[in-house]
Amino acid sequence: MNRAADILVIDDEQVIVDAIVKICALDNYSVDVALNTKTGLEKISKNYYPVIISDIMLPDGDGFEILEAVKKQKRNSVVIMTTGYSTVENAVNSLYKGAVSFIPKPFTVDELLSALYRVNNFQKIKEKQKLLIQQQRNDEILYVTCPAKYFRLGYSTWIFQEREGTVLVGMCDLYMKTIDSIQQIELLNRDDEIEQGIGCASFTCSNDRNHKILSPVSGRIVEVNDNIKSNPNLIEKDPYFEGWIYRVIPANIEYEIKYLIPCSSDRI
Amino acid sequence: MFKKIGFRLIFVVAFTSLVIIGVFAYFNVKSQSSSLISEVERHANQLGETVVSSTRFDMMLNQRDRIQQIINSIGKQPQIRDVRIINKIGEIIYSSDSTNINKMVDKQAESCYACHAEDRPLEQISITERTRIFRLHPDSNRVIGIITPIYNEKSCWQAECHAHPKDQKVLGVLDVSISLAEVDNAILSSEWKIVGFSIIAIISVGLLIAFFIRRWVSRPVNDLLNGTLQVSQGNLNYAIKEMGDDEIGKLGTSFNNMTKKLAEARMQLFQSDKMASLGRLAAGVAHEINNPLTGVLTYSSFLLKRTKDNPEFQEDLKVIVRETIRSREIVKSLLDFSRQSIPKKSLADISEIIDKAISVIENQLSLNKVKIEKRTEANLPNLTVDANQIQQVIINLLVNASDAIGKDGGVITLFTKQISLAPVGIAQIKKATCPKRHSLIDNDFKIDGLPSLKVKVISGDKEGIAHLDPVYGKHRNNFNVGFKIEKDAKFVCPECNNSIVQQDKVCPLCGSPVLAFEISGQGIYEVCSSENSNWEKWEAVDSVGLREYIEIKVTDTGSGISNEDLPKIFDPFFSTKGQKGNGLGLAVIWGIIDNHNGTINVESELGKGTTFIIRLPLLQQR
Repeated sequence: MNRAADILVIDDEQVIVDAIVKICALDNYSVDVALNTKTGLEKISKNYYPVIISDIMLPDGDGFEILEAVKKQKRNSVVIMTTGYSTVENAVNSLYKGAVSFIPKPFTVDELLSALYRVNNFQKIKEKQKLLIQQQRNDEILYVTCPAKYFRLGYSTWIFQEREGTVLVGMCDLYMKTIDSIQQIELLNRDDEIEQGIGCASFTCSNDRNHKILSPVSGRIVEVNDNIKSNPNLIEKDPYFEGWIYRVIPANIEYEIKYLIPCSSDRI
Repeated sequence: MFKKIGFRLIFVVAFTSLVIIGVFAYFNVKSQSSSLISEVERHANQLGETVVSSTRFDMMLNQRDRIQQIINSIGKQPQIRDVRIINKIGEIIYSSDSTNINKMVDKQAESCYACHAEDRPLEQISITERTRIFRLHPDSNRVIGIITPIYNEKSCWQAECHAHPKDQKVLGVLDVSISLAEVDNAILSSEWKIVGFSIIAIISVGLLIAFFIRRWVSRPVNDLLNGTLQVSQGNLNYAIKEMGDDEIGKLGTSFNNMTKKLAEARMQLFQSDKMASLGRLAAGVAHEINNPLTGVLTYSSFLLKRTKDNPEFQEDLKVIVRETIRSREIVKSLLDFSRQSIPKKSLADISEIIDKAISVIENQLSLNKVKIEKRTEANLPNLTVDANQIQQVIINLLVNASDAIGKDGGVITLFTKQISLAPVGIAQIKKATCPKRHSLIDNDFKIDGLPSLKVKVISGDKEGIAHLDPVYGKHRNNFNVGFKIEKDAKFVCPECNNSIVQQDKVCPLCGSPVLAFEISGQGIYEVCSSENSNWEKWEAVDSVGLREYIEIKVTDTGSGISNEDLPKIFDPFFSTKGQKGNGLGLAVIWGIIDNHNGTINVESELGKGTTFIIRLPLLQQR
């Protein structure tokens, strides 16, 4: 299977396609284009694209079909979903169904480049992991999977339900491995409300890229981890325990947990 | 005229009193005249006896002149028309009218017929049989005649004149005739009096009844009629004026209540439809705007990146990027508004939510000299709501109230209590299955934002999916399957093709087959399979009867809302605050309450204040 380009963009708006092509050129990515689901699916079946950026609302189908097709191929392509109809459901659903990132339209150059940067790193890690498995080198660990009782939103954030009914929120190690070392961290305050699929924190990294973190759960923040404020690198060092971010009273955990992936499924 | 209820009542009452008073008057006149007549009879009889006994002595002595004199002097009395003594063979022997003396009377004539009707003369007869009333000429006064028989006795046949033999029983009769002119006049005048009285009584009863019927029945019924006409013409704001506390008065009050409820329901329905279509519109517009906005934002931020060494461009480009990001936020808020997201509900104490809402803006309100009074019914049960959203609703309403009050200060009162309302038009079907437990809920086809019920229709060789309204009592069913549904069409589960038509049952309104959906834990929901009939039945919900709600009233003493603005206040982008507001506040509130299956209403009077009434169902539908 030949690698036609680094990125396949599927969007029915020419102006957006053009803009993405231009932006990708900034970071020296080569881009192929499809203006509808049909051509998109054809191109995916014929060629290999490491990254696919797909709109959710397309004239002849939706982006979730692309997501399904890519999943079936098992070819390590990663998908970034984007849509102008950016509802929380769309965002959370995309991540649940296997998209690696979700960018609501309209986006800025930096937002897209940050996502591409993360996704490329994600890709590299996954390829490396594949290689390691082929070589049967189980001793080398690329990232720490999240503990069994945790649930995660895509590969970005996790939640852990505490016995008291509160929920801990933190970052997955895989996500932290796709970004550079955190320089600056912006957090919400105690008593603020967060909503599943909506930004709840942002990290500015050593390479000046800014990454917006989507909350895995809705609720009210009752505690912010003070340790990570003074020492953001704690998140990188111990993402699942000492490096937690918020303690939250969840608003509707029974409903929202359906869109989270149980980490116990990662062990198989 | 006879079609008027008042007239009919008056007619019936007048007719009844006419009959009663008429019968009464008739018998009254009759008994009066008969007692008068019998009085005259008695008097005449007495007179007869007197004459007989006063002439007895002279009879014995056979002094005929004296007898004639006595009779003459009696006959001169004004009412006495005639006094005669007639002997056995019918010859008038004495008479007050001397011309009749020695004349024979006809025994067959009325004077004699009481005794001589049969051939043999009677010897003993009663007073009534001896009396007769007659007219000499048809146009003369009535006359009463009484015959007193003069019986034979020992002294008569032993008298010296030997005029009468011993074996004779009756010697003759005394016939006294008395004119009844005076009695008749008295009877006539009393008849006239009674008739006059009766007429006056009937008329006055009629008038009295007419007056009260007009006051208690006709006028209020007319008012009611007028009211229903107004309502049927669409004027749901029409209210009937106070009509007292009788049944019709209560009818009026209940009529007013009904129109008020109707107006509210209509408003809610309008709003519901409007919101649903506006939501779709907003979502569509937002989507459409987001695409060109992406172009602007990506290109401008792209340029910003490429002109890093040109500060002159940088400034201007930064403005473009900043303003585009601002537009993005506006579109996002539009989407937030249009989004029919499921509220994140949990059990919450409404009183606590209100307290929290108040504490958030209390400081701001006290600066404006606005006082908040909270009146909460004790022991309110917990509600399944999205506490954050409800808190947002209360805060928005309090801010609005405070804005309406202005700088002069005022009071905002929050009343919270539990009430009961009927379920039709509110209960929603959220889980429905075929007999084989396949779900019949269609999340892809929504009716007014709610997932519909689906059923496969097979008609001939065509098949399609029909969608039914999930809200019980709203009937917004969609039978548009792209072909005509024939009478023998089959209705089956789209997954297992098992029929979902209720056996042995047809729609009581149109006779079409009845579809049955199993609602887990809530029995069976039945609905007519024809789009022409609105018949549906959900026993489990009907049997629940009234549903419990928590009612929250937010009342302010502010400027109020004018009648023109009142229907528009829940519309998105409608604002009276000018630049201060974006006009989405109340629309968002409406959306939140609607998502909680609740209702929101507003009452307002210019210059006096506004009241928002929120009703949230106590038990959430499953």
